[in-house]
Amino acid sequence: MSDAKRAALEEAILPPLVALAVVLVAGDLLILVYGEAPGAVWRMLVDGTWGNAYGIGQVLYKATTLTCTGLAVAVALRAGLFNIGAEGQLAAGGFGAALMGLALPTGTPSALAIAACVLAAALCGGAVGAVPGVLRARFGAHEVIVTIMMNFIVLALLNYVIAAKLHVPETLHTPAVRAGVVPRLADSIAAFHGSAVNWTIVVVAAVVIGVAWYLFRTRAGFELRAVGLQPAAAEYGGVSVSRTWLGALALSGAIAGLGGVNFVLGYKGYYEDGFAGGAGFLGIAVALVGRNHPLGVVIAALFFATLSQGGLAINAMVPKQIVEVLQGIVILAVAASVPEVRRLVRKAAGTRRAGTTAAPTGAQPEAQPVAQPDPQRGAPS
Amino acid sequence: MTLLLFLAQTIRIAVPYLFAAAGGALAERAGIVSLSLEGFMLGGAFGAVIGAHYTESAWIGVVAGVVAGLVLAGIHAVCTLRFKADQIVTGVAINLFAVGITRFLLQLAFDSSSNSPRVVGFGGENVGGALALASNPLIWLGLTAMPTLAFIVYRTTFGLRVRAVGEHPDAAASVGVPVNRVRYVAVLGSGALAALGGTYLALDQHQFTDSMTAGRGFIALAAVIFGRWDPVRAGIACLLFAGAETLQIRLQAAQIIPSQFVAMIPYVLTIVAVAGVVGRSRPPAALGRTDD
Repeated sequence: MSDAKRAALEEAILPPLVALAVVLVAGDLLILVYGEAPGAVWRMLVDGTWGNAYGIGQVLYKATTLTCTGLAVAVALRAGLFNIGAEGQLAAGGFGAALMGLALPTGTPSALAIAACVLAAALCGGAVGAVPGVLRARFGAHEVIVTIMMNFIVLALLNYVIAAKLHVPETLHTPAVRAGVVPRLADSIAAFHGSAVNWTIVVVAAVVIGVAWYLFRTRAGFELRAVGLQPAAAEYGGVSVSRTWLGALALSGAIAGLGGVNFVLGYKGYYEDGFAGGAGFLGIAVALVGRNHPLGVVIAALFFATLSQGGLAINAMVPKQIVEVLQGIVILAVAASVPEVRRLVRKAAGTRRAGTTAAPTGAQPEAQPVAQPDPQRGAPS
Repeated sequence: MTLLLFLAQTIRIAVPYLFAAAGGALAERAGIVSLSLEGFMLGGAFGAVIGAHYTESAWIGVVAGVVAGLVLAGIHAVCTLRFKADQIVTGVAINLFAVGITRFLLQLAFDSSSNSPRVVGFGGENVGGALALASNPLIWLGLTAMPTLAFIVYRTTFGLRVRAVGEHPDAAASVGVPVNRVRYVAVLGSGALAALGGTYLALDQHQFTDSMTAGRGFIALAAVIFGRWDPVRAGIACLLFAGAETLQIRLQAAQIIPSQFVAMIPYVLTIVAVAGVVGRSRPPAALGRTDD
């Protein structure tokens, strides 16, 4: 392995490992404060998640939504933009899926209905994502501010529509969809019985592969990453930066919106006010821990899904809110260790290279560490 | 009389915004993104209830609330300034962390997942008597927060340094301003101020309830941006947003405008402001850039 590759790998993997260590210590302390034995609680967490098919099914269900929101944030960050709006885009996507499911006549062929609903979810999420995209591209409005504000606007708007126009009396959810229900995995694999994991997971897996292919194997994906790394250089190279920004935020919103299908069509069969419940914000954590790589995002989504399902599993011994604290600590630990690890890894690589050049053979250093702007930072000047 | 009641209710709603927006303006002028005002407020609210509950003194509640805000702001400052963590990510994490830790401690201290027992306060919460409002010292403190901050930012050496490190940290460093120290003070100050907003809320309602700040930290951030990072304008924005809410509460019975649309006003105005439709809103030049 070349030094550069090794350094890149270390830079990607070390921060989550540091975070894991910090979380284990912090978790131990919290559990001890509550007067329980850490070992027993951790075992309970693992048993309740990966220890049985129901637990695995629930983790996979939660990871499906988190993969969407995490991937959404990651795609935008690859273009150098920070999408804090995944929460609203997720809700809008779920609402779009429900509307389409309600509009289609009963008895629409399932495959057709699901495809239409998935498309509606992506379109609604994409439309919400396009607003900060347009404002950024056209007026230079900072996408961080706009996406934060859009969350509140979209959630208030959806709350109004549900509360005033489209709810089953005494509830805050829509009537059940007439078509487009995504079957649960439990229908085919009996072991998953009772868990919410459904075939949306396959759609999302395809999207992950599609996004990876798009980012790393297509011209448009290359341009998107180029804009994220060096907008001025990309512009000089003939890429329209503003159009790329708009496209990246719309795509990001569409991916987040897709996540709504998992809950609306795969789990409940209707849109419910507030279903996003923080999964959009957690997407920021997923993208961060997954280092903005589609594969990393999937692993990070599984990790955060395990924590959140694990909270329910340990609730008998310690308050499930422990995992919310731990999720916050994971993000802080990863965010704080990324720059530090990068500095140390580059220093070590520099030392190694200095060693090689000093050798009598005078071997050429294999590769210069690329001066790479931090892909996690979204605040442009 | 109705006007007096309207004003009293507006001020009552505005005070938490004023405190938090003052904190936001201070940190952002020093170049630190303030997404964590919400978390600081929530921490402050919880600290205040803990302090007031165990000592039965509202003033010790205020002190405990500020301490809680300082702890959270300290974490934020160390992550972003010492370890150069991304400020936006850190801000989001602090908010998640604050929700989690207050829920955990609520369970631990009061064995409840929703609210604390009733605690003492300063009185004056009954809007029916507009004058009773005047008996709450936090109201007065809140109303003076923005003018005081404006004085500090524009008229003192420290304020000049805050603006310098927020606009051009390299230039500030070259003339001997301790950039990081100024930023630490600004972030800690923002934590203390936002926590005072949370403290006011909790003591006004005489209890802590789960996630009781309910997005007020983001409204305060909206006010800072809408006020173009200027303390006085941000303060006016807080009063404006609070006035709209008061109007909505007053008109609720009449059902003229759905409450959700009134709730959107701060956010829509902020987007309009940053999009520069009516005069561009420009952030401090070095906002978000502490990693170089």
